[in-house]
Amino acid sequence: MRIGVFICHCGTNISGVVDVVKLAESISHYPGVVISKENKYMCSDPGQNLIKSAVKEYNLDRIVVASCTPKLHENTFRACLEDLGLNPYMLEIANIREQCSWVHSDNPELATKKAEDLIKMAIARVRFAKELTCSKVTIERRALVIGGGVAGIQSALDIANAGYHVTLVERTPSIGGRMAQLDKTFPTLDCSACILTPKMVEANRHHLIKILTYSEVEEVSGFVGSFEVTIRMKSRSVEMKKCTGCGMCQSKCPVKVDSEFDEGLSKRRAIYMPFPQAVPNIPVIDRANCRYFLEKKCGVCKKVCPSDAIDYDQEDTILKEKFGSITIATGFDLFDHSAYGEYGYGKLKNVITSIQYERLVNSSGPTGGHIIRPSDGKEAKKVAFISCVGSRDNKMGKPYCSKVCCMYTAKHALLLKEHVPDAEAYIFYIDIRAAGKNYEEFVYRVQENYRVKYIRGRVSKIFEEGDNLIVRGFDTLSGESIEMEFDLVVLAVGVIPRKDSDSFARMLNISLDANHFVGELHPKLAPVEKNTPGIFLSGSCQYPRDIPESVAMAGAAAVKSLSLFAKEFLTSEPMISEVNTSICTGCLNCKNICPYRAINEEEIKDLDGKIRIVAKVNETICRGCGTCVASCPSQCINLKGVSNEQILAAIEAL
Amino acid sequence: MDNNNQQTWEPKIYAFLCNWCSYEGADLAGGGRRIYPANVRIIRVPCSGRIDPVFILKSFERGADGVLVSGCHPGDCHYTEGNYFARRKFVLVKKLLEYVGIEPERFQARWISASEAIKFVETVKEMTENIRKLGPNTKLVKNIKEEITCQ
Amino acid sequence: MEYSYYPGCSLKSSSKDYAESVKQVSDKLGITLIELSNWACCGASVSHIPEESLSLALPALTIAEADKYSRDIVASCAACFNRLKSTHLLLGKYPEKKIETEKLIGKNLSVKINVKHFLEVLFEEVKDWDSIIIKKLKGLKVACYYGCLLTRPNDMIKDGKSEDPRMMDNLMEKLGAASIDWPFKTECCGTSFGLSKPEVVLKLSGRILRSAKKSGAECIVVACPLCHSNLDLRQSQIEKYNNLKFDLPVFYFPELAALALGIDYRNLLLDKHIVDPMPLLRRKDLI
Repeated sequence: MRIGVFICHCGTNISGVVDVVKLAESISHYPGVVISKENKYMCSDPGQNLIKSAVKEYNLDRIVVASCTPKLHENTFRACLEDLGLNPYMLEIANIREQCSWVHSDNPELATKKAEDLIKMAIARVRFAKELTCSKVTIERRALVIGGGVAGIQSALDIANAGYHVTLVERTPSIGGRMAQLDKTFPTLDCSACILTPKMVEANRHHLIKILTYSEVEEVSGFVGSFEVTIRMKSRSVEMKKCTGCGMCQSKCPVKVDSEFDEGLSKRRAIYMPFPQAVPNIPVIDRANCRYFLEKKCGVCKKVCPSDAIDYDQEDTILKEKFGSITIATGFDLFDHSAYGEYGYGKLKNVITSIQYERLVNSSGPTGGHIIRPSDGKEAKKVAFISCVGSRDNKMGKPYCSKVCCMYTAKHALLLKEHVPDAEAYIFYIDIRAAGKNYEEFVYRVQENYRVKYIRGRVSKIFEEGDNLIVRGFDTLSGESIEMEFDLVVLAVGVIPRKDSDSFARMLNISLDANHFVGELHPKLAPVEKNTPGIFLSGSCQYPRDIPESVAMAGAAAVKSLSLFAKEFLTSEPMISEVNTSICTGCLNCKNICPYRAINEEEIKDLDGKIRIVAKVNETICRGCGTCVASCPSQCINLKGVSNEQILAAIEAL
Repeated sequence: MDNNNQQTWEPKIYAFLCNWCSYEGADLAGGGRRIYPANVRIIRVPCSGRIDPVFILKSFERGADGVLVSGCHPGDCHYTEGNYFARRKFVLVKKLLEYVGIEPERFQARWISASEAIKFVETVKEMTENIRKLGPNTKLVKNIKEEITCQ
Repeated sequence: MEYSYYPGCSLKSSSKDYAESVKQVSDKLGITLIELSNWACCGASVSHIPEESLSLALPALTIAEADKYSRDIVASCAACFNRLKSTHLLLGKYPEKKIETEKLIGKNLSVKINVKHFLEVLFEEVKDWDSIIIKKLKGLKVACYYGCLLTRPNDMIKDGKSEDPRMMDNLMEKLGAASIDWPFKTECCGTSFGLSKPEVVLKLSGRILRSAKKSGAECIVVACPLCHSNLDLRQSQIEKYNNLKFDLPVFYFPELAALALGIDYRNLLLDKHIVDPMPLLRRKDLI
């Protein structure tokens, strides 16, 4: 073992306090140290050349640099070793600037003593340094996107346009998601369907995108570069290849159930396409409501189908495929306002939700764009819009701001005025949050040009008087309680995580945040990544997002997949855990606590031929935190580069 | 640091700091030239979850008068949850140390973020002063001064 | 079943009719209500104004007294019930408040016994009303008025929905009456402002009566002495103030239960009501 120690003056930053020359002299007598040198700037070219020539001259096999924090120049000196043909991990840095000379300038004598201790500890550590290398893993260059809303569609398009295969999985019979339900988009008032439909069609026609609608991801295993995914394609009871999408079946089907797409404001049939522009343009049979499946009667759709596409015996198809990356774009659900007693526990007929209102104002919606109230079909002339229903409300367990409601509520009021010019619109709000390009101007326009009345205060009670609704609230600006009569009340229900987000997260082995949205790797610096490498986030699965944000996230998530696919192979971190299988007892304590689920069990054959279970670290997933090492009862798992031996040696060095 | 000589005795403190928060916090104290007692010897580990209780016991055995362990604040762990496992271990270690008669002031666990240079400095000052009052640690210490750990 | 009975000040004075109906019904059903000999004022709507500790100490005195007998406490006044129950809940939830309160009253508290409203007791004790009802309250359209204190906060009576409670409605339906759905079940009647600022009561109680009348009720059923006096005693004042005619008798729920159970109306002190209920009861063939 031939160790060289190189001590930096850092100008006078170190040498002004620590007696560097004396230190270099005393360290040179330390066991195992072959040579000890000091230099004005060790990181400079002359400094590095000094190291290089010393390594050659004295045939050194590992070095200690005593200088500034390793955060600054660890990589510089590793590269220096690499240039010499040595393994870059045969290096230790003693931090004698930030953690010594700069903080002990009051006592040069003790500082010098401490610097010596720090160097001794580094020497002890470097004695146990081992050559570390990265291993290479191949990448499956195909992306899985879960969720066919605007975020999922955009992600799929961005990845496919770069030349890679994408599978887009959507749970409902058509892609399009929430955006397909919307009427106009704020603040430009573009028709939502008009800007979305071309994207849906483009995705459908793209030769690299495979769209699986009416399908769900059931199981995910593997890791970045090679996820193994099981997808269940639920039986449509319609043969996709034969169906022409003529729609004869749904016009003749005798069963009527509430339309999910129209939020219960209209009826659909048991065999249905959720909306006319559905992609693919092929219906499904809702077996839970179909008379044929319930009573073995009917069969009308089969009789009327001109292309013989109905297949009652069709079964679910299970697909097993490999993907290099997974993008989650599962979107959101909406808060169920029946939790609000003061708003009538969801029982008041003329109290509707914002998404129902979207369908009402939509010219292709159930009323053809007429804003009529559910109780009697009368046109609504005076409408109250109430914001923050199921958001910013601790009582409901929803402390967060739902973000999109201020803007869509302003849009709703504007649309009311456009559809019914003599109508009155009142918006009850807590704060107006209009942070976004042209958003504030939009709200101002709604207030000034459309004379929509904003009342700052929570509504404390809504009750019926006849068919009309009395809204009681408090105007916090005038300090008066108010009571007003309305034809229709629209509740701006908050965006909430998908109701099955918990089981979805368990299936993917990912974490959720406190509000059960999908948590990101870092709130500032990695907002579209998960702590599981290779899994990316797009759209409102992460937090309420409006359309431009969802689209931007979709692009960002796509880039993450693409930069993964652009690599020739994946390299693992060199400083990761490794298992000494000869002493591992297979307790798998490490497996249970690993934050990255990087450890799995493995069967190995002992010398005597017996099979036993031991822990195995997946090198691509392990990030090298070492929590497993500190928790191994038999000390058989170790962290390369920060091994138990190295730390204990450092402790024992003094 | 001669533990036997009361005249020149200075408390010896080992600090195990996680790479991402507390070690950076200590670096930031340096950047800000915040003076603190030169009694602490910092050992960098990737995560507070990496700190094996053996390290703490070994430190006392080798004559440490105090041990500081520190990582990212709960919820802020670079490795998402390593510090939670650390916290559970530290609670047990603290109990064990008290059981063998080591004063609780000698073992401190803190959450110090990369921006909390002042907290780091105050922690070191406070620990050094407390331990100075207590005097050298005598429990668990193994007298192997002359043994050289060259292997 | 035996209970420690907490009558409260109203039932000893202004609401003797309520007290009497509670007694008649519980006697008939074999529910033993043993009045606590040493009950203290519940603090009502004023004790929490100076400080919280007082508002906990007063009910705690009664709870400590009831502890001696290990029987659940029953109150029939909504305010008494609210004070006792919320104190009980708070002391169970926050040990430090319990210790502080124990110091204040100089007695130890067990929070094992429960606090119940007489409405809950009727609900829990009687499983099969059909077999004991002598005279169904057929055709009587009642508006059940819970007031503000019986259901708030959410975990007061075990009913789930504090804004739309159903317990009294369900009881009335079991007795054969038709309980109407109306929006003012839990509105404030104006409480004790009847003395200091009567126009508040005239306005608020006026809305309650108006809503009940509009929803088609023939009478109002209450579970609180103060609600009763605001809606019944002040009804003619309210009518004058609002320039409306209501003529809505106001019953305590045990009074109607008593009639259904075949108890002679003459035992019920119905003559203490200001809005005469007799014409309605006669019209419905209930007396």
